[in-house]
Order: sequence, then structure tokens, then C-alpha cells
Amino acid sequence: MASILTSLFDGVAYGMLLFVLACGLAVTLGLMNFVNLAHGAFAMAGGYICAVLVNNSGWPFFAGLPLAFVGSAVIGIALERTLYRHLYSRSHLDQVLFSIGLVFMSVAAVDYIMGSSRVFIKLPAALEGQIDLFGVGIGRYRLMIVVICGLLTLALQLILAKTRFGSRLRAAVDDPRAAIGLGINVPQVFAFTFAFGCGLAGLGGALSAEILGLDPYFPLKFMIYFLIVVTVGGSSSITGPFLASLLLGIADVAGKYYVPKLGPFVIYTVMIVILLWRPNGLFGRTAAR
Amino acid sequence: MTALSDVSTHAMASARWRVSEVAFWALALACAFLFPSRYLIMTDIVRLGLFALSLDLILGYAGIVSLGHAAFFGVGAYSAGLLALHGIINEPVIALVAAGLVAALLGFLTSFLVIRGVDLTRLMVTLGIALLLEALAERFSNITGGTDGLQGIEMQPILGLFTFDMFGKTGFFYSLIVLFILFLLARRVVHSPFGLSLRAIRNNPLRAAAIGVPVNRRLIAVYTLAAFYAGIAGALFTQTTALASLDVFSFERSADLMLVLVIGGTGYLYGGLIGAVVFKMLQELFQSITPQYWLFWIGLVLVVIVLVGRARIHRWVLFVPNLIIRQFAGRKAAVAVPESDAS
Repeated sequence: MASILTSLFDGVAYGMLLFVLACGLAVTLGLMNFVNLAHGAFAMAGGYICAVLVNNSGWPFFAGLPLAFVGSAVIGIALERTLYRHLYSRSHLDQVLFSIGLVFMSVAAVDYIMGSSRVFIKLPAALEGQIDLFGVGIGRYRLMIVVICGLLTLALQLILAKTRFGSRLRAAVDDPRAAIGLGINVPQVFAFTFAFGCGLAGLGGALSAEILGLDPYFPLKFMIYFLIVVTVGGSSSITGPFLASLLLGIADVAGKYYVPKLGPFVIYTVMIVILLWRPNGLFGRTAAR
Repeated sequence: MTALSDVSTHAMASARWRVSEVAFWALALACAFLFPSRYLIMTDIVRLGLFALSLDLILGYAGIVSLGHAAFFGVGAYSAGLLALHGIINEPVIALVAAGLVAALLGFLTSFLVIRGVDLTRLMVTLGIALLLEALAERFSNITGGTDGLQGIEMQPILGLFTFDMFGKTGFFYSLIVLFILFLLARRVVHSPFGLSLRAIRNNPLRAAAIGVPVNRRLIAVYTLAAFYAGIAGALFTQTTALASLDVFSFERSADLMLVLVIGGTGYLYGGLIGAVVFKMLQELFQSITPQYWLFWIGLVLVVIVLVGRARIHRWVLFVPNLIIRQFAGRKAAVAVPESDAS
């Protein structure tokens, strides 16, 4: 029983991590209808920024996390302004090719600069080991992830639901043309959200170094996971991707614990079935416009 | 009635063999005699060209974006490998067709999944199927040999006459002939009324349906055909290299394939073949400059191609060949045109 709860908790932590990593992609896909396969590259950038700061420059881990966010967001906005914005009106094929090209470049560049082996980020002693909650062993690091990601999700939900920027963003996702007609500066809203999504991905990348492993092939390995979160969850709200992330995280961890032989088979099958059953995602309607 | 005859005249005119096409194949054959020491890489190019031709059928003619075309390549490769390894079908040509048919069967079954939904869903489903097959091949390592791949494949002589030699000469001519036959078939198909209806679907599925084209049935048919082609390409891979490993299913293979087709251009059949030549030459070049980081340059090529615009690149690529054609056949000669200008 306790082991089931432990693995459930690990699944939840994993799922929340996936949500932070992928929610930026939901906006890119939902708002601009842009298929950005290079989203994982921003996460990787964040992870490496944090790793360099903590391991080489001796920064504390908790100072490295915000820097990972800022660093990825800056890279994101720079690329958005210089490259991405030329491609919004292009076909999906062009977008796919472009972002695959970016992924390849980022993989080789990071391999060149940082080497091809897996990178670990030095954790403070307080985050190591397990604590015992009602007889259930819970990893401290995973607990921290759940707390951070949970707070982030709440904050995102509040921003989306309560602030003026949130309502602009929702309007733009729902119907960009009508939003422009109402005087909302959709490209600006989008650029900001894109940068924010990249920042979140960078933060997720830094957090995930311990759990998912950080190496130059990160964007390729987890591309499919991010896409699953977004396509299954839909992008009309953040609840959809959130639930999809949790589902994916729990299913993946459970699959690895209980039927290790099937490997990723279960996840891909579930994804295909869901996409057939509801092509626009479980909770969405605008994901695949 | 006149409209109908107009359509058929137009279709027949565009189906006529051009000087440039004859020149292309003559050049391909000439390469076999010009570079006798490069058979292995040329076989590689022919195989890749066939694989790209397969993607062109669904992408260039039917507009289906696939990120998992390696699935069919892999199935063809493993089928051919297993058939040869267990001595079920020893004759390579029959084994080739059999492997193609296995891939076509898979294509037929998965086409029902692919025709549902729009671009993004298709991307995900095709990618998912390839990953699924890779996971399966890894799981059933007692059949597929797992990460080591199929080992100890020994190919019998083709038609009982031509043995595979170590310089790859037989392999090259074998691949080239297979490519040529399949190319003729593809050419026939895309210039038939069936091919025209596919283009109608690519340009606007709704209108195509409105004028009575059975959209889904056509897409299923062409997807199955493309899977057959990809399966043959995979089987050629196994037969000419005596090797089949897990990486036949890899995402990089599907992504590289997109690049090949994009370099050459979609929707005129030669794109995949030209793209395969250019891609392999680029790969050789980058690998000789930076053996470990050539992926970076491949990525850069992709980004630049998209930013510059595919149509413009194709005009540049076709500039020299078209110049030569004009020189020889006069200004009004039919020249090769990229997709955006054609149709």
C-alpha cells in the first residue's frame, strides 16, 4: 500500500514537472497555431544555465532556478523576435521543419559546449533523502517539486482568470481575429506569453535535471511527451494540459514500476487512442484548429 | 464533354516524358560507370531517394505531413531481414516484394488512424506509431535482436544469378533498377486521374469532396501505396547492407527524410531523388569537417531553407538544369518547376 502511494506521489511530481515544462507549448499551439517542436530546447537551456551557475560558479541551487527562468525567457524572446515571428503564417510543414532544425542545432551546440554526458546539478543537503509522512516514504526533492509546481500552477490560473493580461490572452486564444478587432495587441501578448512559456520550460528543465536526466538529447527525448501533454490536454485552458500532465506522469511512473517490460508502449497506445477518440484533445476544442 | 477532354489532354500533356527526365536517368546510369569506387554511397543515395519518393507521394501529392515515415521503412527492413535470416523466402526480389507488402498492410491499417484529424493530430499519430514500433522492436528482442539488431543475415543471389559482391556493385544496380521500376509506377499513378484527384484533395479537401472525390478512400489508397514504397526502401536497406537494427525506426530517420524531400522539393517526384543526392553530399561534407557535430549544420540547413522559403530555394536548385534544358531545347522547352509554380 505504502509503495503504491509512494509511486503515486512520484507520478504526481513527474506530472507536475511535465506541466511546467509543457504549458508554454500549449500557448504557442493554441494561440498562434504554431507547431513548435523545439520547445524542449528551451527547457534544456534552462537546465544547463542552472547547472553551470550551481556547479561551476558556486551559486546556491535556489538562486539558480530563477536565473534558469530568466535565461530561457531571454533566449525565447530573442528567437521569437528574430526568427519565429516570420513563420506564424506559414504552413505547418514549414513550422515543423524549422523547429526540427532548431532542435538539431541546439543538440549539437550543447554537445559541443558542454559535452555529451549527463549533467547533474548539485543539490543542497536539505533536499536529499526521504521523509516519512504517515508511513509513506516521500522524496524531499519530489516534495519540493510538487510544492513549486503546484504554486506555479495556482499562480498561472490566477493570472489567467483574474488579471487584465489573462483575459486578453484568453480572448486571443479563443479568436485572434476578433481579439485584434477589439484592439488587443495580439502579437505583443503572444511575444510576452512565448517568453514566459520558455522561461517556465527553462525552470522545468532545471528542476528536471535530477529526475528526467539532462543531456544534449533532452529536446528529442522529451519532445513527444510535451506534445502529448498539449494535444491530449488541449489548449483552451490550462486545466486541460495540467490534468493531461498528471495523467501522463502517473501512467508513466506506474508503467515503469509495475510493467517495466512494456516500456513506453502503454503511453503511446493511450495517446493514439485518445487522439482517435477526441482529435482535439480530451479537454480542448482549439488545440488542433 | 469538352471539359472532360480538356482535362484528359492536360493530363496527358503533363504526363509526357521530357528531355530533362531522360537526361536525369541517363545521368544516374552514367554515375554507375563513372564512379566505380563509390558504389556503397551511391546505393545509399538510391535507397534514400526511394524512401523520399515514398514520402513525396503522401506529402507532395496528398498533403499528409508525417513525422513517422520511418515506421514503414523499419517494418520493411525487419521483414526482409527476418525472411532472409530464417530462410523463409531466399530469393531477394520476392522477399523485397513480400517486405513491401507487409509494410503496405501496416500502412493500410494505420491509414484509418491518420486520415482522421488535422495536421497536428496526424503529426502526433504518425510519430506515435513509429515510436510504438520502436518500443515493440525493443521489447521483442528475441525476434528482432534488440539493440544489437539482426545479425548473420546472408543474402542469396538475385534471381539465382547475381551474387551480392563486397564492393556493392550488384547491390547498386539492383537498387537502381528497383528505384526505376517503382518510379515508373509512381509516375503512372500521379499522372492518372487518381493522381489528379489526390492533388485536388491536397489543395482543398472540402471542394474535392464536393465535386465527388471520395477523399478518405483516396487518402487510404495513397497512404498504403507510400507505405509499400517505404517498406521496399527498408528492405533494400537490409538486403544491401545485411543489417537491420533498432535505428531503422528512429525519429532522426523520419526527420532527415523530411529534409531530403524539402531540399529537392515536393510534388514532382524528382524532388526526393535530387534531395537524396544533395543531402548525402552535404552529410559527407559536414561529417568530414566536424565528424561529431554535423547535426548542427544539418539543422542550420533546415532553418535556412525554411526562412529563405522553400519555393525560392527550388528555383535556385533547378536554375542550372533548366538553363541547360533551355540551351538545348530552345526557350519554350518544358522545364522542371517547383511545386508552388506548378499545378
